[in-house]
Amino acid sequence: MSVLPVSNIASHECLSNHRISSTFDEAVPEADCLSVVITGHVDHGKSTVIGRLLADAGGLPEGKLDQLRGECERNAKPFEYAFLLDALRDEQAQGITIDAARVFFKTAQRRYMIIDAPGHVEFLKNMITGASRAEAALLVIDAKEGIKENSRRHGYLLSVLGISQILVLVNKMDLVAYQRAPFEETVAEYAGFLDQIGVHAAQFIPVAAQPGDNIARRSDRLAWYAGPTVLEALDRLRSEPPPTSTPLRMPVQDVYKFTERNDTRRIVAGTIETGRLRIGDEVVFHPSGKRSHVRTIEAFNRPSPLEAIAGEATGFTLTEELYVTRGEIATRADEPPPAVTTRIRVTLFWLGRQPLLPNRPYVVKLGTAKVQARVDIIHRVLDASTLGVALDRDRVERHEVCECSLALSRPLAFDTVTTNKATSRFVIVDEYEICGGGIVQEALPDRQAHVREKVLQRDLLWDPSHVSDERRAERYGQCPQLLIVTGEEHADRKGVARELEARLFDRGRFVYFLGMGNVVHGVDSDISGSSGSRGEHLRRLGEIANILLDAGLIVVAAAAALSAQEVEMIRTTVRQRVVTAWLGDHVSTDLAPDLLLPNTTADDRMSRLKEHLQNRGAMFSGSMHAKSTRPVTGADDVA
Amino acid sequence: MNHLDELEHRSVHILREAYPAFRNLCMLWSIGKDSTVLLWLARKAFFGHVPFPLIHIDTSFKIPEMIAYRDKLVAAWGLNLIYGQNAEALKDRRTFPHGQVDRLTCCQLLKSEALKHTLSGEWPRYRFNHATNDYEPDRNREPFTGVIVGARADEEGSRSKERYFSPRNNENLWDVADQPPEFWQQYKTEFAPGTHVRIHPLLDWTELNIWEYIERERIPVIGLYFDPGSGTRYRSLGCGPCTAAIPSEARSVGEIIHELSTGRLAHVAERSGRAQDAADHGGLETLRRSGYM
Repeated sequence: MSVLPVSNIASHECLSNHRISSTFDEAVPEADCLSVVITGHVDHGKSTVIGRLLADAGGLPEGKLDQLRGECERNAKPFEYAFLLDALRDEQAQGITIDAARVFFKTAQRRYMIIDAPGHVEFLKNMITGASRAEAALLVIDAKEGIKENSRRHGYLLSVLGISQILVLVNKMDLVAYQRAPFEETVAEYAGFLDQIGVHAAQFIPVAAQPGDNIARRSDRLAWYAGPTVLEALDRLRSEPPPTSTPLRMPVQDVYKFTERNDTRRIVAGTIETGRLRIGDEVVFHPSGKRSHVRTIEAFNRPSPLEAIAGEATGFTLTEELYVTRGEIATRADEPPPAVTTRIRVTLFWLGRQPLLPNRPYVVKLGTAKVQARVDIIHRVLDASTLGVALDRDRVERHEVCECSLALSRPLAFDTVTTNKATSRFVIVDEYEICGGGIVQEALPDRQAHVREKVLQRDLLWDPSHVSDERRAERYGQCPQLLIVTGEEHADRKGVARELEARLFDRGRFVYFLGMGNVVHGVDSDISGSSGSRGEHLRRLGEIANILLDAGLIVVAAAAALSAQEVEMIRTTVRQRVVTAWLGDHVSTDLAPDLLLPNTTADDRMSRLKEHLQNRGAMFSGSMHAKSTRPVTGADDVA
Repeated sequence: MNHLDELEHRSVHILREAYPAFRNLCMLWSIGKDSTVLLWLARKAFFGHVPFPLIHIDTSFKIPEMIAYRDKLVAAWGLNLIYGQNAEALKDRRTFPHGQVDRLTCCQLLKSEALKHTLSGEWPRYRFNHATNDYEPDRNREPFTGVIVGARADEEGSRSKERYFSPRNNENLWDVADQPPEFWQQYKTEFAPGTHVRIHPLLDWTELNIWEYIERERIPVIGLYFDPGSGTRYRSLGCGPCTAAIPSEARSVGEIIHELSTGRLAHVAERSGRAQDAADHGGLETLRRSGYM
């Protein structure tokens, strides 16, 4: 190995990021690149394993090893393969890797991206970040020190993250004199642990990374081991094919209508998680239940494809144009639908500095949907490093795993983990930070279940008009929206609602005041007067509003002291197109209104209501334009 | 689906996640190959449109062909281009080429500072007017809260630690040791007032992938990357005074790919022609923590 002229080695040059070419370049298929995360307890030798892999796979940049050895000699510090990875100065100071970094190399079989995840307990979120990008994992255990808490915790998290291909490296065999017994002990104990969490390791390999035994070179000192070296075992792993045979799930990222250069396409965009979609397929969006057919599959700079499959970031247009929004899941009508509910039972791992608490507001992000959530019940808390279970806990601490039930502010479409892993996964956000992740185990029935069922049936049998929602919206310069003015018994809800109707009408809006009395004595005459009929009155109010919304109107209604549950039912009935304004200074029910209207002047209240409708995108000035209707789903939008 | 397809789909997905998450979103375009691939991916993601402004920081020392190439694509693709610069430092000649400051300080002033104040809206922004074919002061001074950047993990040490969505605090600083977790394609789209998020759709791409993709998609990259016959070409583009051409006779994208994968460049760092890296001993980290791209 020769040392390059100094001018060719920039001092920042980072080894961990060098692609390593082997002598087999021509044979390596371009297509195949396996990403592998390396995990394990701190100081069990992860960085050394990677350093060795790089050095022995036959292609560190020329002179790099010598340069590093030289530097170590000058600083009177013993050379370690782990130094190859310490790209940041901070890390060298601490002696531990602090974040996921990537290393590229190649064998005769394929390319690899090794994702280096840290083992220090403080940095679990980085390990998860690294692991979630991987298709396989190397888990390193120190033969002398044995299985430690993070050996188990990482194994458990790999299984939750859905990584099924795991190679367990029993490292530092040189420190146990290359004997078989300590290896076998570790294997027996760790395989037992993996068994309990339903994981099967592809291979256990005895290695000594610093001297290089069984990494790329078979070791005579471990002659009792007949299995593959690390490099051979890696080459035997398979890239997972995209899940095209599972039902179609495409979380909608956006609906684009860019009008520049006379583009008239309205494209539903998203990445297909599972399944396949063809032109002509009937698609159903959940949770809204809206249906249409695929007219075209769109693509930039190439002919429109006939089909899109799992893994593809794609987009399609519909034969009947619908108002579909980000957060829905596109599915096929001829395949099983996802679950839709506001209550879910989940397994969740918590990373937050603050504990996970019942009744604290969180946000759940699943696919592209984003809903407010709170913890209803903590069923049990699991210590992932011992598998010890605690019942009756009222909080979940950092790095613990729990089973709990979540209550969501809006219905969510998803699958349970046994039906479809991809759409069962979610993260949980506390204020501005992702603080945990989880998988949905079970869809729990909620009080909306029967209403939702009715609405699905209604929409399935709905007689569609030739005039699309979009054409109406364009003509009227507004998006249909139901605004309910609610509040205390004595508050003048009707007065405010009528005043708003009049003012909007004067401004040229297509608006209608829907009085409760108009419904109760007509449509509801069959149930009027019977006790306990309030729920049914409100449902019918919702159904009538739904027809008016379908006609493209802004509907203003008034109702006394609505509860969260009642609004939820109306929301289900009108397919989410509802906002609530509470008249008065404080809310006396459990409702979280979209707008609080204190007792100020009429003008002030009217301008607040108008502004709110405008911000919602219900009214636009001029013609409809992608920018003006573009929803922004930042943190401020969820509340 | 091959590896390039996978990279493309992931990048497109990230761009589409960024678009609805930030009211004021922009993309940095350095004119180099990476951010030009990023621009191409944006056109893929949004079916031929680029629905946010492109920001170019003009140090005034860029190799002249770069500005000509920029304005040509802006016109041809109907791009919304905004440029900003550190007018004061340039006026006072506090630059490395003028001999008043060292390379790192020059980078800090003409790039990091100019970028920071252009993004925040404190310094003037100049927007290309397609009707007049000229740049004019932009009336919009709102700060950008989402900034799409073409950084790749394999470029140098500090970039390999990046997230796809990477928060920056109100001082534009990057806290490498305490980054948010990022998994299952869920990104940090919630952020406190005054902070912003950088978005890195190209994080998983290597230099070789970039060239393979340019070849496959026939993306028009600037001619400076090719040997005009002098036996040298640029491998990485920056300011004229601090960017050296490398010895290479690659005249086409195909020849560059060959050179990178099996030829003479397979083991030489990409930014070896960039002098400020050497000045910032230890992997560009000093520059990047304080806002360098």
